Amino acid sequence: MSILEIKNLHATVETPEGTKEILKGVDLTIRSGETHAIMGPNGSGKSTLAYAIAGHPKYEITGGEVTLDGEDVLEMSVDERARAGLFLAMQYPVEVPGVTVSNFLRTAKTAIDGEAPSLRTWVKDVKGAMDDLKMDPVFAERNVNEGFSGGEKKRHEILQMQLLKPGIAILDETDSGLDVDALRIVSEGINRAKQETEVGVMLITHYTRILQYVKPDYVHVFVGGRIAEQGGPELAERLEAEGYDRFLVEA
Amino acid sequence: MTTTDVKGAENAGDPSANEAVGHAAGAAPVAAQTALDDVETTAAPELEEENLTLPGQDSPATAALHRGARKRSFEVSDHEVPRSDVEEWRFTPLRRFAPLFEDVATDDREGDPAVDYQVTVPEGAPEAKTLAIGEAPRGTVLVPEDLTTALASARTEQALHLVAAKNAAYETPFRVDITGRGADRRGNAHLVLETEESSSAIFVLNHTGSAQYAQNVEIIAGDNSQMTVISVHDWDDDALHIATHHARVGRDAKLKHVAVTLGGSGVRLNSIGEYAAPGGEIEKLGLYFSDEDQFFENRLFVDHSAPHCTSNVAYKGALQGRKARSVWVGDVLIRKEAEGTNTYELNRNLVLTEGARADSVPNLEIETGEIEGAGHAAATGRFDDEQLFYLRARGIPEIEARRLVVRGFFAEIIQQIDVPEIRERLSAAIEDELARSMN
Repeated sequence: MSILEIKNLHATVETPEGTKEILKGVDLTIRSGETHAIMGPNGSGKSTLAYAIAGHPKYEITGGEVTLDGEDVLEMSVDERARAGLFLAMQYPVEVPGVTVSNFLRTAKTAIDGEAPSLRTWVKDVKGAMDDLKMDPVFAERNVNEGFSGGEKKRHEILQMQLLKPGIAILDETDSGLDVDALRIVSEGINRAKQETEVGVMLITHYTRILQYVKPDYVHVFVGGRIAEQGGPELAERLEAEGYDRFLVEA
Repeated sequence: MTTTDVKGAENAGDPSANEAVGHAAGAAPVAAQTALDDVETTAAPELEEENLTLPGQDSPATAALHRGARKRSFEVSDHEVPRSDVEEWRFTPLRRFAPLFEDVATDDREGDPAVDYQVTVPEGAPEAKTLAIGEAPRGTVLVPEDLTTALASARTEQALHLVAAKNAAYETPFRVDITGRGADRRGNAHLVLETEESSSAIFVLNHTGSAQYAQNVEIIAGDNSQMTVISVHDWDDDALHIATHHARVGRDAKLKHVAVTLGGSGVRLNSIGEYAAPGGEIEKLGLYFSDEDQFFENRLFVDHSAPHCTSNVAYKGALQGRKARSVWVGDVLIRKEAEGTNTYELNRNLVLTEGARADSVPNLEIETGEIEGAGHAAATGRFDDEQLFYLRARGIPEIEARRLVVRGFFAEIIQQIDVPEIRERLSAAIEDELARSMN
């Protein structure tokens, strides 16, 4: 059972024009098994929220708190956060030349668990998860994200979520740029992870399309660096019909 | 289809990397010149420059690049003592290398050579022989272009000559273990490595210990032969080494030349490749890891002197520690007669700590428009923060993440080295270097 609590979170970023506040008091609680959709227009700070929680050095936390099961996340280094059970599926996963997917996955799994996985079950787990995500076995011998298509990168992110079994997963625009087939495969992967591990999911998206495949328990509208409105799945339907204009005017 | 473009940054999302990338194919020099003017040169501590000369251009700035016109002579007196205001030597710490500009004999003593040579030839291969000064094929390919090379030639009465016989293919490498026996002792050497027609062989030169070593390696790849030369410079911290490797590649022959520099106070390698006939292929790979106070320089020259030849250069280096220095200068000349040339050269440097400096200068001179492709890329960067973040966001501790990145950085080069024993040794050496800085 995990619980991620975000209270009145403020964060800034340095830009050529000076320090800019992106997060302006975010309040959000996510528990195991829950799926929260964070929806908002471009530039509203959704991705910043994801990266700030994961500990990207680019963002400075200027106020508020983030705890995971009561532990102060903001005091942890990036890798400590991951080992505590946080996972960030990135919108733009980074290439790591010369490091194979298989080496990367095993290294990450060993770091998260604190011990190397049993070889026999690990090979089986990786192969099974890759099969589920319709990933060719040769994928494991390619370098991390190098020459991957957009869809391959996203599947690779979800593969990691399935194998690393985080308590709370933040999925940053995992649906962006995917065709329907790829979206379905990725969504099935998310649903499988939810089923198998009770992971709590923060699903950050610009579009409502993925919500046809991954059913949210809660929907939050994110505008101007904070949550402007929240509700159940019906809020997503309303956004689908009305767009973000209503919130943009208020912001 | 002809395209020419030069762009400043290969990856805009990565502010830590300063990229200079150039491509040229065919003749469209006007656009290239305009674009080139806009390329920003980068600030210390890393430096990349690039120079691209196309047909019909000649300016004082590029005249120095006419590498192919450099004077060659066996006469020691024809060569000046290097000065730092000469392009060829402008990066080199001349005071450090000064002993190698002196005309002195190899410091062999009774039963105690300055440099020890252990030669192993593969089963079935001709025994090692020697060649006197002027005895062909010695001197047919390598003619000294600088003082130290002329000294090494003049001061070596008998050159070691290793030959792969016609049509033969050998399972194991020819191997020369070269051990310096004193940092204050001069060694002069000339080696001739040869593959006869349609043969296939690997030559390994392994340098350890310490010496003041002036060395020439003359490389002759016969027609249709496949030759690999791997030179590993794993000297002690006080060794000095200036080497000239000069290769000529025959018709349809392939040379893979690998230069690895891991140890020594100063190691300067001038590696030249040229073609005797069409269809030749030269691959030059390099890897270096420069620590505190170490100076490693790699100068390369690929002389496209025949049509339909290809060359591919890839050197990667890492630097760590105060005053760790590396210099890479890659000259490629595509002569008028070298139609159908295809060439690419790449140098990447990874600066791991403050206080280290890498210089990287690719020079491309093109005298014909009728080429298939020519390009180059040079970059020096620090650890990529985004790569580290990505790995750490998967729970991998920072030290381990850095190791992964450095190992991955070199993997591309190491994977291409055909001798498993050397591959393993390099991987282990890189682990050692990393352990030194990260623990």
